Amino acid sequence: MAVVETGAAPPAMAEVRPRGASRREAWQRRLPLLPALIYTIVVTQVPFLVTLWYSFQNYFFDVPGGAHWTGVSNYSQVFTNPAFRGALWRSVVMTVVAVLVAMILGVAFALLLDRKFIGRSVVRTLIITPFLVMPAAAALVWAGPMLDPNFGLLNYLLEPFGVHHVAWLSTHALGSVIVVLIWQWTPFMTLIVLAGLQGQPADVLEAAKVDGAGTLATFRELTFPFLRPYIELGILLGSIYLVNVFDAVRLMTNGGPGTATTNLPFYLYEEVNNAFDVGGAAATGVVTVVLTIIVATFALRMFARVFQFEGAGS
Amino acid sequence: MSSPPFRLRTLGAVGSVAALVALAACSSSGSSGGSASSSNSGTVTVAVVSNPLITGQMIPLTQSVFEKQNPGITVKFATYTEGDLRAAIEKDVSTHSNAFNVIMIGPYETPLFAKNGWLTDLTSTYINSDPSYDASDLLPSIAKALSYKNDLYAVPFYGESSMLYYRTDLFKAAGLTMPQHPTWAQVQSFAAKLNVAGKQSGICLRGLAGWGDNMAALDTVVNTFGGEWFNMNWKPQLTSPAFEAATNFYVNLVRQYGEPGASSDSFNQLLTLYGQGKCAMWYDATVAATSIATTYPQIAANTGYAFAPVDKTQSSGWLWTWSLGIPQGTPNAGAAWKFVSWATSKQYDSLVASKYGWAAVPPGTRTSLYSNPSYLAAAKAFAPITIASIDGTDPDHPTVNPVPYIGIQYVDIPQFESLGVQVGQQIAGAIAGTESVSQALQASQSDASQYTPAELSAG
Repeated sequence: MAVVETGAAPPAMAEVRPRGASRREAWQRRLPLLPALIYTIVVTQVPFLVTLWYSFQNYFFDVPGGAHWTGVSNYSQVFTNPAFRGALWRSVVMTVVAVLVAMILGVAFALLLDRKFIGRSVVRTLIITPFLVMPAAAALVWAGPMLDPNFGLLNYLLEPFGVHHVAWLSTHALGSVIVVLIWQWTPFMTLIVLAGLQGQPADVLEAAKVDGAGTLATFRELTFPFLRPYIELGILLGSIYLVNVFDAVRLMTNGGPGTATTNLPFYLYEEVNNAFDVGGAAATGVVTVVLTIIVATFALRMFARVFQFEGAGS
Repeated sequence: MSSPPFRLRTLGAVGSVAALVALAACSSSGSSGGSASSSNSGTVTVAVVSNPLITGQMIPLTQSVFEKQNPGITVKFATYTEGDLRAAIEKDVSTHSNAFNVIMIGPYETPLFAKNGWLTDLTSTYINSDPSYDASDLLPSIAKALSYKNDLYAVPFYGESSMLYYRTDLFKAAGLTMPQHPTWAQVQSFAAKLNVAGKQSGICLRGLAGWGDNMAALDTVVNTFGGEWFNMNWKPQLTSPAFEAATNFYVNLVRQYGEPGASSDSFNQLLTLYGQGKCAMWYDATVAATSIATTYPQIAANTGYAFAPVDKTQSSGWLWTWSLGIPQGTPNAGAAWKFVSWATSKQYDSLVASKYGWAAVPPGTRTSLYSNPSYLAAAKAFAPITIASIDGTDPDHPTVNPVPYIGIQYVDIPQFESLGVQVGQQIAGAIAGTESVSQALQASQSDASQYTPAELSAG
C-alpha cells in the first residue's frame, strides 16, 4: 500500500519553484514538511535497514537463542526455493489476468454508461458499488454465502443446469480469487475510462458520423486512441494495488489448497507466521523490494508519459 | 555559504526525534515489564481459540460473572482460529512481547514452552498454595500431557480424544450396524453405502491445512496403519509404505465420500455440516458431542458414538486439551491466575450447568465430573465413551513401531510447528486434487528432510 502513495506523489512534486527564491525562503517552505519527512524516514527506512540486517541472520522465533549471522545463505535459499518462484509466478498471473479482464469489462461498462438511458444513475451506482465494499468484507461474503459448496448462492443458481456442489475454493481456487479481484476492480477501471470518455469532444464524433464511419470504426479509430492514456493509467494503478493483494487470499483460501493461491505477499506472511523464519522472510522481503523497484521504475516511466500525453491533449 | 547551519539544524531535529522515539520505546517496555507483575488486579488479555465452548460460554460467562465477582480485573479476549492462534502465541511468547497475559495452548506447546522458560510454573507458583483448586482431580493423562518435570505449566479448559459420530436413523434405514470399535475398512464401506451425492456425505473429515486441523485426523489414521513421522534414528518416514497407504486411504475416502470443499473444513465447519444433517458419519474430537447435544438437539437424538476407527492398532484416538497457561514475566500475573483458576475450576462447571445445562459442561478435564450423577444423567450418551477414549490414549507409544517422539497427532519437537503446517498444506492440496498423494508426500518428505537428525532430537 505504501507503493500507492509514491505513485500519487509525482504530480504533487511537479509544482513550479520560483527561480529567484533564496535558499532561506526555500528552507522556510521546507521546514514545516520536515517532521513529516523525518516521520516517513523513521517508519519506512529504519524498518528497511532492520530488515536488511535480519536478512543476514539465522533467526527463528521458535528456536531459543536469538539471531546469529549466517551470511547470504538466506538469499541463496530464496533463489533456490521453488515455493518462492511459485508465489512470484502466481502474483504475476493474478495481477495480469485480473487487471486485463477488469479493464476490458471496465471499457465495456464505461461505453455503456456513456450513453443516455433511463435509470442510468441507478445503474452507475450499482456498477460502482463493488469498489466501495471493504475488501475483507467482500472476500468473506464471496468465500461464504457466494461460493460455499453446500450453502453457497452460486451452486444454488447453477443447480438447474446440472452443476452440483462444486467446491469452487478447492477445485478452482486461483480462478475464484481472480474473479473476486476482477469483480472488485472493474468499477475502478470503469470510472477512469468513463472520465476519459466524457472528456471526448463531441464535434469529432459528429464529424466521424458525417463522414460515414460506423460505430466500430469510430471506436477503433477515434475513441480507443483517445482513451489510451486513461486505459494505461488504469492498468498502472490497478497493477500497483493488485500486486499487493493479501486480504482476498488470506480470507478466501488462506493461500491454499496446498499453495494454489499463495502469492508473494501471502508467502511472506507465511514465512513469518507459520515458519517463524525471520531471516528467510527478511531476505524474501528484500528480494521482493528490489524486484518491485525494477518493475516500478518502468511503470513510473510510463506513468510520466501518461501525464505528458494528457497535458498535451487538454 | 549558509547551508551548513541548516544541515546542522536538520541533524539536530533528526536526533531529537530519534531520541524521543527511543525514550518512548524504553518507557513503554519499562512499564509493561516492571512493577505490576504480582498485582491481583488490572487488565488480563487472553488469547483463545474460536471453538464453541469458548465463544459460546467462556467469553459471555467471564463478562457476566467473573468480572462482576472481581471488580478490579478486566478480561479482554483475542479470539483466533486454531492456526492463527498458534502463530500469534508463538510470536508473543518467544519474543517476550507480553501482549497476552493468558494463552490457550495444548499438550504440544506446554512442555516445549516450559522447557524454553516461556511459561510460569503453575504448580509451584499458585497451585501448591491454593488447595481449593484441587489439581489432583485433573484427569491423569491430561495432567501428564500438560506437565514438565512433574509440574503443571498449563491447566485444562476442556480435554478430548477423537471418536466417530454416526447417524443412527440413517444406519437403521440402510440396515447397517456400527460396531463399538469399528475398523477403517468398515467405515469406508458404510460411507460408500450412505453417500448421496449432492445431499449427504458418507463421512465428513477434516481437510483444512494445519497440524491441528487436517493433520490431527490424518495422523491418527497413519498411526493405526502403522506409519510414523520419524523412525528411531529421526529419519523422516513420510514416504514409507504405511504412511503412503494411510494417506491414500484418507484422501480417497474424503474425495469419494467426504463433504465437498473438504480442503477448507476443520472442526467448526464440520460441526455445522453435521448439525445440518449433511454427514452420515463424522470423525472428529470427542468434545463435539457437547456442542451437538446443546446446539443441535434433533441431530443429537439420532447420533451414535463409536471409538476412533482402527486398522493395525487397538485404539487410535488422539489426545488434546485446550488449556490455559501464563507466559513467564507477564504483568498482572496474579489477576491472570485468578482468571485461569476460575475458568478451569469445578465451580466453573457448576456455573455452566446452571446457565446452559449439565450436558454443556466442558468435558474431559476433571475426574469428579465423571462421577457427578447430574452430569452422567445429562451426558449419558457420550460421557462414558469420551472418558474411555481419553484413558485409552498413549502419547508415548502412538503407533505400531517404537518412535523417538511423544505425541499422537503431533510430534513434540519445535520444528513440528512449521513442518506440520507445511505437510498439512500438501495434504490439503491432495484433498483438493491440485496434486497427487505421492507428490504431496514427496514434497512433505523433502520439507522434513531439511532438518538433520541432530537438530530434531535436540528438540
